[in-house]
Amino acid sequence: MNPRDSKKTRLAVRIILPVAVSLLLVLLWEITSRAGIFPRYMLPGPADVVASFKEEFETGRLVNDVIASMWRITVGFNLSAVLAIPIGLWLGQHLMMRIAFSPMLNFFRFLSPLAWIPFAILWFHIGDKPAIFLIFLATFFPLVISTMSAVANIPVIYFRVAKDYSYKGFELLTKVTLPAVLPQIITALRVSYGIAWVVIVAAEMVGCQDGLGYGIWDARNGLKLDTAVAYMIVIGTLGVLVDRLLAQLTKMPEVRWGYER
Amino acid sequence: MNDKLTDITLTLKNVSHRYGEIPVLDNMNLEVKKGEFVVLVGPSGCGKTTLLNVLSGFIKPTSGTVQHHGVIRTVYQQDGLFPWLTVSQNISMGLRLVKNEKQKQDELAEMVDLIHLNGFENHYPHQLSGGMKQRAEIARALAGHSDILLMDEPFSALDYQTRLRMRQELVRLLKERNRTVVFVTHDIEEAAQLADRVLVLSNRPAHISKELILDAPKPRELTGAAVIGAMDKILKELGLNV
Repeated sequence: MNPRDSKKTRLAVRIILPVAVSLLLVLLWEITSRAGIFPRYMLPGPADVVASFKEEFETGRLVNDVIASMWRITVGFNLSAVLAIPIGLWLGQHLMMRIAFSPMLNFFRFLSPLAWIPFAILWFHIGDKPAIFLIFLATFFPLVISTMSAVANIPVIYFRVAKDYSYKGFELLTKVTLPAVLPQIITALRVSYGIAWVVIVAAEMVGCQDGLGYGIWDARNGLKLDTAVAYMIVIGTLGVLVDRLLAQLTKMPEVRWGYER
Repeated sequence: MNDKLTDITLTLKNVSHRYGEIPVLDNMNLEVKKGEFVVLVGPSGCGKTTLLNVLSGFIKPTSGTVQHHGVIRTVYQQDGLFPWLTVSQNISMGLRLVKNEKQKQDELAEMVDLIHLNGFENHYPHQLSGGMKQRAEIARALAGHSDILLMDEPFSALDYQTRLRMRQELVRLLKERNRTVVFVTHDIEEAAQLADRVLVLSNRPAHISKELILDAPKPRELTGAAVIGAMDKILKELGLNV
């Protein structure tokens, strides 16, 4: 087969197959809800969800919630990346520091952000801050750990070459160490961005009056599961879209090597 | 010119090295003259790479002294290029100390020309064949002000025909840009074709068990008498010729 043909087929297949699966899922959902196995309040049908989606959109609540959540995630995630990457780079270069800090970092990585909720409220009261704090905690430790181990596993040959061509100090860091781990850092960013989205529902339980996560809790309290499902769909879709955007970073020519082996 | 050739650029004096309890290098003495092409051959695992690391200063020997005059650069078996840099950017690493931007650009263009990688300047290493990568790496090592090249089995990851071509290329490049070369290989044919002097290393802990001077002019024909004769001697020393 002509390679161009196969590329075209692949592209078509890449759109058709996932769409088919999604449609099948919706169909299954519709059939189940129509069969009346569960009462309506327990399993809303697709039509109910579309209706409440429309309602939330028209009142402007949905857009407001999307913006609120996006803001919290952006701030928490960026704060975490700005601190975690340099710390990871530093720890990765110093064996003693790695030995000293690794168990502590792993310990905190395994603590669910939910465990921090009481502290989030006590320390940050209400508003954006507790949610941002929780998102920060959820993403900071995995990011530090991935950056650190990526640096620790840089093939030693790069440092030999760097020595031959007299890269030292800060230049060694920016021209050798950082580009050598950039593909893995991008992957780690995508993974932790995923964590941030997962955490948003829990994070907005605390002290928030808006946001997608809050929307779900609010709907649950009012037993409006159709609204909850509408919000769930929005969270999932936005997560996928933002990840697609982050995936664009992997297309940069200076990191392609990291994904093509 | 001739008295320059007698200059010693690289000296090992009573160098021994051990990794923990395992002795790797055993009392090695070596003097390499400026412009000389020295090839170290020996069985695998005999400590060839350790010796190169000692020569380049990457590791300090347990005992003995290493001296060198000039800039040393190493060419590796594979993956020595920075994968995040293009061919041009990799070669430019060798020109880091050239201050004049115009001179830098000229030199870069000349190196790309010299290794016949025109049109591939903006390719990344993972987009190149094995032979092209090794040529780019040699260009990087030759660019700018380097004096000594350490070559750690630079062609052994290539297929046979590419390897033969690369030997011719190396001889040609060194005619254009003369350098002192210490070349490590397990390929006896390669040693016979390229070396001014062959040092045969023993099993670990390595010491120099035989020294052979090869003074036939280069390029040498692979099937010529000079190369066949040298191979015969090396093989006998290694106990492989029956």
